[in-house]
Amino acid sequence: MKEQLANIRATALAAFDAANDSAALDALRVQYLGKKGELTAVLKQMGKLTAEERPAMGQLANEVRSALEEALERRGSELKTKALEDRLAAEALDVTIPGTPYREGHRHPMYIALDEIKEIFIGMGFTVLDGPEVELAELNFDRLNAEEGHPSRDWSDTFYFDEDSRVMLRSQTSPMQVRAMDTMELPIRIIAPGRVYRKDEVDATHSPMFHQVEGMVIDKGVTMADLKGTLNTVVEKLYGKGTKTRFRPHHFPFTEPSCEMDVQCHKCGGVGCPTCKGEGWIELLGAGMIHPRVLEMAGIDTNVYSGWAFGIGLERTAMRRFKIADLRLIFENDVRFLEQF
Amino acid sequence: MNLSRKWLREFVTAEANDKDFAEAMTLSGSKVELTHDLGEEISNVVVGRLLSMERHPDSDHMWVCQVDVAQDEPIQIVTGAWNIHPGDLMPVALHKSTLPGGVKITKGKLRGVVSNGMFCGLSELGLDTRDFPYAEIVPAAILGDYKPLDKDKPSISADIQPGDKVYGPVVCAKVTAVTATGYSTYEVALDTGDGSAAVSTTCPNLHAGDLVAYNTKTNAICTLSDLHAEQKEFPHCIPDGIFILHEDCQPGDDIKPVIGLDDHVVEFEITPNRPDCLSVIGLAREVAATYDAPLSLHQPVVSAEGEGSLVELLDVETPAADLCPRYTARMVRNVKIGPSPKWMRERLRAMGVRPINNIVDITNYVMLEYGQPMHAFDYRYVKGGKIIVRRAEEGEKLTTLDGKEHTLSANHLVIADEHRAVGLAGIMGGENSEIVSDTADVVFESACFDGTCIRKGALALGMRTEASAKFEKGLDPMNTLPAVDRACELVELLGAGQVLPGVIDILNYVPQPRVLKLEPNRINGLLGTDIAADEMVRILKKLDFTVEGDQVTVPSWRGDVIGMADLAEEVARFHGYNNIPTTLMRGQTTLGGYSEEEKLERQLDSMCRAMGHDEIITYSFISPTAYDKIRWPQDYFARKSFKILNPLGEDTSIMRTTTLPSMLEILTRNYNYRNQNVKLYEVGRIYLPGGEDGLANESKVLTLGAYGSDMDFYAMKGVIEAILKDLRAADVRFEPCTDNPSYHPGRCAAVWAGSDCIGVFGQVHPLVAQNYGVDAEFYCAELSLDELALAKGPDPEYVPLPKFPAVTRDIAVVCEEKVTVGQLEESIRKGAKGLLKDVSLFDIYRGKGVAEGKKSVAFNLVLRADDRSLTAEEADQDVKSILETLEKELGAVLR
Repeated sequence: MKEQLANIRATALAAFDAANDSAALDALRVQYLGKKGELTAVLKQMGKLTAEERPAMGQLANEVRSALEEALERRGSELKTKALEDRLAAEALDVTIPGTPYREGHRHPMYIALDEIKEIFIGMGFTVLDGPEVELAELNFDRLNAEEGHPSRDWSDTFYFDEDSRVMLRSQTSPMQVRAMDTMELPIRIIAPGRVYRKDEVDATHSPMFHQVEGMVIDKGVTMADLKGTLNTVVEKLYGKGTKTRFRPHHFPFTEPSCEMDVQCHKCGGVGCPTCKGEGWIELLGAGMIHPRVLEMAGIDTNVYSGWAFGIGLERTAMRRFKIADLRLIFENDVRFLEQF
Repeated sequence: MNLSRKWLREFVTAEANDKDFAEAMTLSGSKVELTHDLGEEISNVVVGRLLSMERHPDSDHMWVCQVDVAQDEPIQIVTGAWNIHPGDLMPVALHKSTLPGGVKITKGKLRGVVSNGMFCGLSELGLDTRDFPYAEIVPAAILGDYKPLDKDKPSISADIQPGDKVYGPVVCAKVTAVTATGYSTYEVALDTGDGSAAVSTTCPNLHAGDLVAYNTKTNAICTLSDLHAEQKEFPHCIPDGIFILHEDCQPGDDIKPVIGLDDHVVEFEITPNRPDCLSVIGLAREVAATYDAPLSLHQPVVSAEGEGSLVELLDVETPAADLCPRYTARMVRNVKIGPSPKWMRERLRAMGVRPINNIVDITNYVMLEYGQPMHAFDYRYVKGGKIIVRRAEEGEKLTTLDGKEHTLSANHLVIADEHRAVGLAGIMGGENSEIVSDTADVVFESACFDGTCIRKGALALGMRTEASAKFEKGLDPMNTLPAVDRACELVELLGAGQVLPGVIDILNYVPQPRVLKLEPNRINGLLGTDIAADEMVRILKKLDFTVEGDQVTVPSWRGDVIGMADLAEEVARFHGYNNIPTTLMRGQTTLGGYSEEEKLERQLDSMCRAMGHDEIITYSFISPTAYDKIRWPQDYFARKSFKILNPLGEDTSIMRTTTLPSMLEILTRNYNYRNQNVKLYEVGRIYLPGGEDGLANESKVLTLGAYGSDMDFYAMKGVIEAILKDLRAADVRFEPCTDNPSYHPGRCAAVWAGSDCIGVFGQVHPLVAQNYGVDAEFYCAELSLDELALAKGPDPEYVPLPKFPAVTRDIAVVCEEKVTVGQLEESIRKGAKGLLKDVSLFDIYRGKGVAEGKKSVAFNLVLRADDRSLTAEEADQDVKSILETLEKELGAVLR
């Protein structure tokens, strides 16, 4: 019997190790440990033993059983691990195959630039206004101190809808200054982006329709130093901290003093290059202190209130922001262009 | 406005290189666009003296020359030019030199003979004979150069010999010697066959051995025009050649100072409020203020030694006084028309004005120097000795100096004599009174005209001139007298004539000097600065403002300075804009943000992009034919559009009342570019007549457009449904729309939310697509932003999640083909007894097992109660009720 048990132990352990999958292992469990299994068969012979032999043999038999059970357990777990590994290996993918296409639409680059500008001004307490494009010449010109006879009023420069030159396509977003002065409570801080129209033939830098953003502040004791400080902050947010600017005298009928603001050329750092036409500076926007006559026409007391205003061309800002070389691309709307933004 | 830095030096010294000068002037308010170095392109070109010339051994028209250029040895140059003679001084482009137009000269061989450079003509130096009138060349006809127009019928025989007759008194002669007797004057010895002759000529192209046509009667050598010959008959006898210098210079001298190309010209952008800066003196004043340098202006002095009485000779009337604030004139007699001196020509040329003759050049010179346009008339054509400044008669005709005839109206101001107009006031003189070579008596006009009248007149005639561009900005009436005196002073300086004593000066409107109060506190308050009052006074005085106490008198040429803010700008300009501090805004805080309308736009924007649509920007104006292309009936009310009276072109002439053509145009463009699966959107405006104040009702429209393999009616509908869901619009329905002419009648739907129609979408009508030249299926949607805003639902409120399970049932019903899914769904909802939570279509089947003309439609029903688990019986009861309703209402029966 002792030999039988040793024999079972040896053959069973060898068989377990040789089993290749859990089904085979289950069959071996039945073969050796089942009710009709080989070990059970041997144990059934215990009755034939003497009382002295039984405890030792019983102990031996239990040792064999637990050895077999332990081996089964171990082998079972080995086979499970192997099966999982095999499955994962079989399921491996070529991760370089492109993902399932998912196409999101794209914001037009000009509106990306506009959104950036809007966010900056909203953060400084400005309200975004919208207004008509078919506008009264009175608001576009007269109320902005560009009287009868101002060259920009010519039919060669501005689009008109009537022979009296009364109704026109606004040539600037500046009439929004007047609309804001006429309708809003003081103090006023607004920006007004929108379409404007001038009689320019289409080329790489001109279009009869383009976009501007108007900005205006009216409050007590507003100074040109405030104008400079605010616009410098805006430029730093747009073009990065430390961006250098300069202010040059200029002329607009509705501001006095008037200025243009340049930013130092990002390409050459101010040395002069083709991008800045050798000047080292790139013109960014026009601005100035609101002309006292413009405030007076809106019934605002210039002894108490002053203000500043600016206007910036959006197309040029977007073109500079994204290095777009030709204005026509903006209005061509070729998806191969739009998809790049 | 161009400014010669050499000319500027006459008034003010500003020692700075071009870049620093440009920056300083730009920052003080005179923006510099560019600076031109006039001689930039010319290098290594020197004065040379021709020592000797021999004919080229291998060419019949080239010369081998020895030239003194002040090097150790003379250099050898081969040239094809015939107008040179030993002793001549000429520009020599040496080996490794450069000329205008990027031309590079290096040494080389011409037909085997070494040439160490090139002689230059005027054009090679970027000049022409108007710059150097003395260098004009009139060549003699060299008979050896003759090429008959018709080979078989030569006018001059190829073997013509001295003495042979050419025609009439003209015979062939051979040049035996040429001696220069002065600048471009020669004594030529001729062999006339049977004798000899000595002829004096200005033709510079003659050399010993040449055969020429000699007119025995006039004792002259014939030019091409004398022979009535065409240029191509004498291909080498061209009126062009080497520029023989008649200047004070030596061999080896750099050519640039010799010909005045050592100047630098600064191009300014002058803003329209500063017409005073459209002059050398005006800019000099700005330069002096910028550099804090003294300005040395000069008072014209006129001797006026001419004989005669101006008052007797000339009378001026200004019936149109309102358009002519001031008219000033002087007269010059015994004028000698000729070229003006080199210094004057150089200055004019540097400023971009071509020299013409001394009198015309003087008027241009004074216009540039003083900014006051001048005009010179030939007195003999001022009939009756009377100048009348009047409005033109309706239909009056005048031919201007440029040779163009104009028909005038009463809006034009003319300068006239007693009978007719002799000039367009402030724009251009008349051809009938032009200064010509035999002009003897000249009237100089220096006037001030109304800016608006001149601008409108010039615009109407399409002839904006240098003069009109100045007048239209409104000139200083106080400038006319110094300007006319300066012109007369120059006449005397140039010896161009005798100035009559006296001036005619009609002052219709004398502006009073403007006096402003200097308020340093207000100026500092506006600028945010702390500039001392003394400093303000100093700056204003530099600009020729007079300051006494707090009274500031504005100079007459500064019409733009009318108030405190203008004085503040003057102070700020010279204090330096960049020296104004930068401060952040103080005062009452304001709350920034987007309007509700803008928030809606942003929400729509991000939805459209999330669904794969790219944003586009289209023009607001369209062609009137666009309405035809989208098949709108001729009498359709929405065709009534705002029409631009002065459009750039027909294509951009009306303000759109629909965005559909704009979208179709962009879809078509992308389609033609072969871009696949295109999806676009735009939030754009339409412009409907009938707004307040005669303006437009500008409403916004969300326009979607798409084509491609992943696009069909239901794909477009899905986008719209998603947008409406995102807006939480309630009671959304889609109704067939068969009568929109732009869309496929069977594939178009109106979108409703409650009782409001939000818009329309569908497949673009095939005939519309055809009108755009496209055979693909385009899908578009047009949704009103106003309606979308109304349809927008309230903010969401949390609804508890279901606690009890749902029961699902699938049903398939057979119905008539004409019954729509929408009707079936509506009927299902109606039939349910409160347990139905969701209905979804999952199949439509036609074919075997379903009768012809019918279809089987399958739905998945979800039933649930909020307070208990449903039993199968409860669910079945609801389904039963649904099926009964379907059958009763739509004849749809369970399949």
